[in-house]
Amino acid sequence: MTSISVSTTINGDDVEFLCNVDETLLDVLRNRLGLMGAKEGCGTGDCGACSTIMDGRVVCSCLVLGAETQGREVETIEGMSDGRELHPLQVKFIEHAALQCGICTPGFLMAAKALLAAHPDPSEEEIRFWLAGNLCRCTGYDKIVRAVQDAAAEMRGANA
Amino acid sequence: MTFDPSYKEQALKSVGTRVLRPDGVDKVTGRARYGADFNMPGQLVARVLRSPHAHARIIRLDTSQAEALKGVKAVVTAADLPDLTDGDTALFAILDNSMARSKAKYDGHAVAAVAAINASVARAAMKLIEVEYEVLPHVVDVDAAVAPDAPLLDDTIFTTGVDPAPTKPSNVANRSEFGHGDVDAGFAKSDVIIERTYKTEQTHQGYIEPHACVANCNADGTADLWVCTQGHFVYRQVCADLLGLDVSKLRVTSSEIGGGFGGKTHVWAEPVALALSRKAGRPVKLVMTREEVFRASGPTSATSIDVKLGATMDGTITSALATLRYTSGPYADAWAETGAMTSFACYDLENVKAIGYEVVVNRPKVAAYRAPSAPMAAFAVESAIDELADAIDMNSVELRIKNAAQEGTRSSYGPVYGPIGIGPTLDAAKAHPHMSAPLGKNQGRGMACGFWFNFGGQTCSDLNIGADGTVTIAVGTVDVGGSRASLSLIAAEELGIPYEHVKAIVADTSSLGYNDMTDGSRGTFSSSMATISAARNAIKTLRERAAMMWEIPVEDVNWEEGFAKAAGPKHGNRAPLSIKDIAAEAGNTGGPIAGHSELVADGAGVSFGTHICDVEVDPETGSTRVIRYTVIQDAGKAVHPAYVEGQYQGGAVQGIGWALNEEYVYGEDGRLQNPGFLDYRIPVCSDLPMIDTQILEIPNPNHPYGVRGVGETSIVPPLAAVANAVSDAMNVRMTHIPVSPPRILAALNAQAKE
Amino acid sequence: MVEVTLWAGLRPLAGNQEHVTIEANTIRELLRRLQERYPGLEGPIKKDVAVAINGTIYRDDWSQSIPDGAEVFLMRRLAGG
Repeated sequence: MTSISVSTTINGDDVEFLCNVDETLLDVLRNRLGLMGAKEGCGTGDCGACSTIMDGRVVCSCLVLGAETQGREVETIEGMSDGRELHPLQVKFIEHAALQCGICTPGFLMAAKALLAAHPDPSEEEIRFWLAGNLCRCTGYDKIVRAVQDAAAEMRGANA
Repeated sequence: MTFDPSYKEQALKSVGTRVLRPDGVDKVTGRARYGADFNMPGQLVARVLRSPHAHARIIRLDTSQAEALKGVKAVVTAADLPDLTDGDTALFAILDNSMARSKAKYDGHAVAAVAAINASVARAAMKLIEVEYEVLPHVVDVDAAVAPDAPLLDDTIFTTGVDPAPTKPSNVANRSEFGHGDVDAGFAKSDVIIERTYKTEQTHQGYIEPHACVANCNADGTADLWVCTQGHFVYRQVCADLLGLDVSKLRVTSSEIGGGFGGKTHVWAEPVALALSRKAGRPVKLVMTREEVFRASGPTSATSIDVKLGATMDGTITSALATLRYTSGPYADAWAETGAMTSFACYDLENVKAIGYEVVVNRPKVAAYRAPSAPMAAFAVESAIDELADAIDMNSVELRIKNAAQEGTRSSYGPVYGPIGIGPTLDAAKAHPHMSAPLGKNQGRGMACGFWFNFGGQTCSDLNIGADGTVTIAVGTVDVGGSRASLSLIAAEELGIPYEHVKAIVADTSSLGYNDMTDGSRGTFSSSMATISAARNAIKTLRERAAMMWEIPVEDVNWEEGFAKAAGPKHGNRAPLSIKDIAAEAGNTGGPIAGHSELVADGAGVSFGTHICDVEVDPETGSTRVIRYTVIQDAGKAVHPAYVEGQYQGGAVQGIGWALNEEYVYGEDGRLQNPGFLDYRIPVCSDLPMIDTQILEIPNPNHPYGVRGVGETSIVPPLAAVANAVSDAMNVRMTHIPVSPPRILAALNAQAKE
Repeated sequence: MVEVTLWAGLRPLAGNQEHVTIEANTIRELLRRLQERYPGLEGPIKKDVAVAINGTIYRDDWSQSIPDGAEVFLMRRLAGG
């Protein structure tokens, strides 16, 4: 199989990689670039555990081909914290016990980050619908919603 | 020094606080390593070929073309996993399930596996494996499987537990019976009798992380397995037995686990990965696809349950009878028996009988799912209780309170109860504002109780004190939902040091003694017992070292709030020694300071919960929304209340999914039609309200801090609580779980015709 | 003396008795004497048994003492999630 050469931006860095035509962004991140934070829960775009942000939109990286990222900007969980300083969403997820097993957490954080970028003051209903593409089997979502509400409030305060 | 586990009331500083979990940063930054996140040099990729038939004899299996494909390093079949089980039927079932021997027994049953240099070569190789099947008649439905003319799965199964023993084989593997009194006499005394048949469909635990492992068998007989599991010591034992390895030479490391809920207590494809690695002479990574997880890892039983309740008009239940039929997949097990034991456990009954029938069918081998077997039995019984309350015009919480089991009640499964928590959860439910909140149009309220046995089991802990006085604890129970935080709190409490000075890890099987699995709600209960014991052993050593430093008798050294203190006037006003002071001198006082513990944590204590659920049903579509939900459960002592709440909420939502949506759908051909999260729909964030919780703390007499297991009971009441709420909203009794829109519409249509 | 109640599945292996009276001070002693009297119980006792003493279920701790007059049940060892 002939490989394709791809130039893209991941977490602000220029990245070049070779991939096969049938390789997904998730495969590329995990198997070629060593970015294992995105998880494969289903491979069919149903669980959201592989959520990343591409050009500002949340995508399931299992549904994006690696080759499609040519010239795009991709954000993954590995780029969420600023060095040692965690993003407010990361802090609030820990504080609110919004994770148990944690396998869905990177995907939820990506989706929540995109939500707060679009809606800095979301209602509970908006949060619940924005996060409806991410499955969590441990928490029943209660503490996840509360963590996002709290992070949103803190980020609004910081920006005020 | 023997460890005294009995409860002592004391003021607690660390236990009961909501600290930050130690694995939090790794998990929010994507650094935590789960089953599929581990790699080894030279690793191959494994793929498993699975039967497309529900029931088929394997006539011919030719792997030669696949083996000849460039890049294929090993192909294994049942011939590469010879039967070493020596008559152990449970172990044989694991072996046969991991790789079909003469027959494929369900859609998805493994028949061969390939290890190749990459996934595309492995996929190509699978297509080159020739399998000739003789398709056999199949049966997937529990009631169809017990019919006299049903296709037979296994002609060596003769129903046990019946007298006289049957002369013909059947799909009923065993009959079990529990109870006391005379149910016929009890019914004769009743004014009202409720009699119904209920059904529940098969559901999957639905952990987001598929099964994954990396296996490496070396030529010298040593082997390593990195795997997501709830019990790496149990996996080690099972895999060593099946592969013929020495237990001590197989090192199993549990990865972070992306959910298990019972499904990762059983061994699935790990022996296959080891067999591939043994044959190829290279490490092998095996990760199931989501479709494989649904088709070939264990779901819960599908059930059909008859319940008959008799009561007098004052609300006294005079007699209770249940007949429970549970599927177990193709292999006999004890799921119906467990259901029969739990069915009436919440109540004080003079006459009670529960009969279980274990039914084999052409579905995947059933696995434990959070309080296994209890939710279905509770659905049937708690629905009948609700209907009984209507029939005698009594409030359903009052009816439950009137008949609730208490200390001294003979349980329906045999023993007489000690102190138990069903009464307090019912009283709390009755007093809860949720119970009296107004309801709108098309809304209804339901409640239900639930019971589960909790377990203890074999447990070890190593507690090591560093040169700076900070502490590491190594435990052998896999952390499925925050136990490293709760165990660190326990160690901090016992030693009298800050939580931040303790770091807990889960040790691999070569670093610590044997530990039972994280199952039966035992993780925090039993590992906290071992951690307390290890800490007390360490304190004994710390006192000895302080005595040495002070050159005074050890009897004169007390341990108080993290400090060694010299007791008595003759030792003057010595400044207390901190752990740090003592640890700094360890090299000159006898070497490193540690505490170890190996024990059996037993006496976990049974657990009860009561749930209240409000729903709104759309009569046009049959769609149901849960609009309010409250969980009330006894925790004994909540070590980390946020994670106890999390267990309550998570279990409740799994139960809500079971009640409203989730089911395995089989076609006429016996093939699973919905092996994916799109068609097997688990609850999503927008389906749900906040889940309110109320933690009751009735100390467990058999734990130093009063801790009980909390993980499982919360999935038991929701099926009935939701169904009772829907029945209340629509004024039509729902008897088949899930109460999905088509079933609700069918019930409404049937009602309209009456 | 301890009167121990057997779960239904065990009774055919113990002369079809529901209750058996045994001289025993601990669970270990109880299980040993039961097997001596009814050799057919050896298999289940090795793998499948838990013991309830006054309502508390013991699955492993065979050193547990049995108080005078205690209510004792042999139960099946169950799986958990």
